[in-house]
Amino acid sequence: MSDRGASEPGDSVAIGEVRAWRRFLRHRLAVGSGGVLMLMLLTCFLTLPFTSARFDRQDLANNLSGPSARHLLGTDELGRDMLVRVLYGGAISITFGLLAASVSVVIGVTYGAISAYAGGRVDGVMMRLVDILYSLPYILLVMLFALSLGPYFQRVLSAPWATFWVLLLAIGGVSWLTMARVVRGQVLSLKAQPFVEAARALGVPAWAIVVRHLLPNLVGPVVVYATLTVPQAILQESFLSFLGIGVQAPQATWGSLAADGVAALNPLHVPWWLIAWPCGLLALTLLALNFLGDGLRDAFDPRRSR
Amino acid sequence: MTRLAVRRLLQVPFVLLVVYTVSVALVAATPGDPLATGDKEMTPEARRAKEVKYNYDQPWYRRYFYTWPIQRLLIDRDLPAHRYEDWTVPEILGASLPVSLQLGLFAFCLAVAGGLTAGILSAARRNTWIDYLSVALAMIGISLPTFVIGAGLLILFGLWLGVLPIGGWGQARQVILPGVTLSLPFMAYMARLTRAGMLDVIGEDYIRTARAKGVGPRRVLLVHAFKNAFLPVLSYLGPAAAAILTGSFVVEKIYTVPGMGTHVVESVSNRDQTVILGTVLTYSVFLMLFNLLVDLAYGWIDPRIRLGEE
Repeated sequence: MSDRGASEPGDSVAIGEVRAWRRFLRHRLAVGSGGVLMLMLLTCFLTLPFTSARFDRQDLANNLSGPSARHLLGTDELGRDMLVRVLYGGAISITFGLLAASVSVVIGVTYGAISAYAGGRVDGVMMRLVDILYSLPYILLVMLFALSLGPYFQRVLSAPWATFWVLLLAIGGVSWLTMARVVRGQVLSLKAQPFVEAARALGVPAWAIVVRHLLPNLVGPVVVYATLTVPQAILQESFLSFLGIGVQAPQATWGSLAADGVAALNPLHVPWWLIAWPCGLLALTLLALNFLGDGLRDAFDPRRSR
Repeated sequence: MTRLAVRRLLQVPFVLLVVYTVSVALVAATPGDPLATGDKEMTPEARRAKEVKYNYDQPWYRRYFYTWPIQRLLIDRDLPAHRYEDWTVPEILGASLPVSLQLGLFAFCLAVAGGLTAGILSAARRNTWIDYLSVALAMIGISLPTFVIGAGLLILFGLWLGVLPIGGWGQARQVILPGVTLSLPFMAYMARLTRAGMLDVIGEDYIRTARAKGVGPRRVLLVHAFKNAFLPVLSYLGPAAAAILTGSFVVEKIYTVPGMGTHVVESVSNRDQTVILGTVLTYSVFLMLFNLLVDLAYGWIDPRIRLGEE
């Protein structure tokens, strides 16, 4: 019979995680958002074979028409069906967000963990570099990146996809900074725990300590911040697509669809359906991701008091 | 604290140098002929004249890293733009920067005023309909991209209701829609920060002491609680100012405001190297300035930092 108070070194973390998940499930808004996101993901990606074939099919007889029986969400000025384009654009935007968040997780976790575990001057230098990178006006640099490296990518890939990958590298390459800081903070506090000291005393090599003991305990904060990075990346990509620096026509993302819609505005005839659907879905996705991320953060961060 | 200030000030030229180098390198790496205007072939004489005008007859290190851009930009003030050949970069910046600054300042003040008010009200009337409404609006403001809000407000107030002008610049009413659009995400975020900060602080002991002493509830809230809850908001002001600068690109495009944002985007699309350099440097200077001011203000306001010297 074990004493209720006694626990193994790793236990307190595991029990904390279970409690955190329970806290999360009580947060109905966050769970609901998760459900909405799942629905969005499934719709966009399951229809992808259908939409990717049809997204630039033109029906010029019916261009710029509102929602109708044939085109459920209306058509744009080239007669392309908005429903298909919005779903296709959604798949691309969401993929972009997930990929960018993955890039930032990989780079950020590696950098932050190494910096914190090494400690001392190495840590100081690495974090000073992060500070400097943080203060650069990176939207401008992302645009310049897209401008100058875009053509090189275009030689390898087809034209619209070149900008996708350039933007991905640029945005992912910048958003790792926050992740690195968060991971560094976590590792610093974990480093002080007795089980790390014990492992070191037992002669476990540094890399094994990081991989086997520190990384599993990082999962909580990393998941939270990754969930919050996805909407940021989608937002930035739509921002740049809106400005005309993102994917090129006829490819679509929610941002470029919104830009096309705004460009088609005039006081005589407001084709609201060109703007409403991409903006609405974008807003819904971002809102849901932010609620989800907030819910996860509230559940996993023990210091937060409501 | 002066140590912190000095250290930050020393970082400024270094970071500017990094930004400048990276921008110059990226612009130089752009394939294609920088002197070509794209429409027609140039005669050898025309090309020669152009080369002299843009200093392409100098070796690369003099062209980029020595005096040419900085000197011509700041001292001679005749750095020519590529696309609009009659204009110099200082002229372009001089015409558009004040517009952007006015818009940005308006949006900033609006965001601070609105955000703080909403956050304090929200915390004071916790869990009432005011609170829920504020939180909901804040979440929406944070999640919606600027161009969504801008397009929505434009359609609603400019086209359907027709009460506000849909764009341009020059009259006072034309600043309303762009300013409000630009300020909304930051107002929302500051409302959230203020609310969270106030809620954290209200539970502290010194608030109980103040109430027990008989200090009026409004004074407790606004003076004692708010001063301490303000710190996270203050440290957000730096990034907020920077983001307002970049948010202005989109707002200026939607409402056709002749500010610097349009030039930034256009110069990148047009590969206008000199204008790119001018705008990038200007933005970087402002960014560093804002961040420095905020950091100094933070250190000064929080006596623990001021007296404790980290």
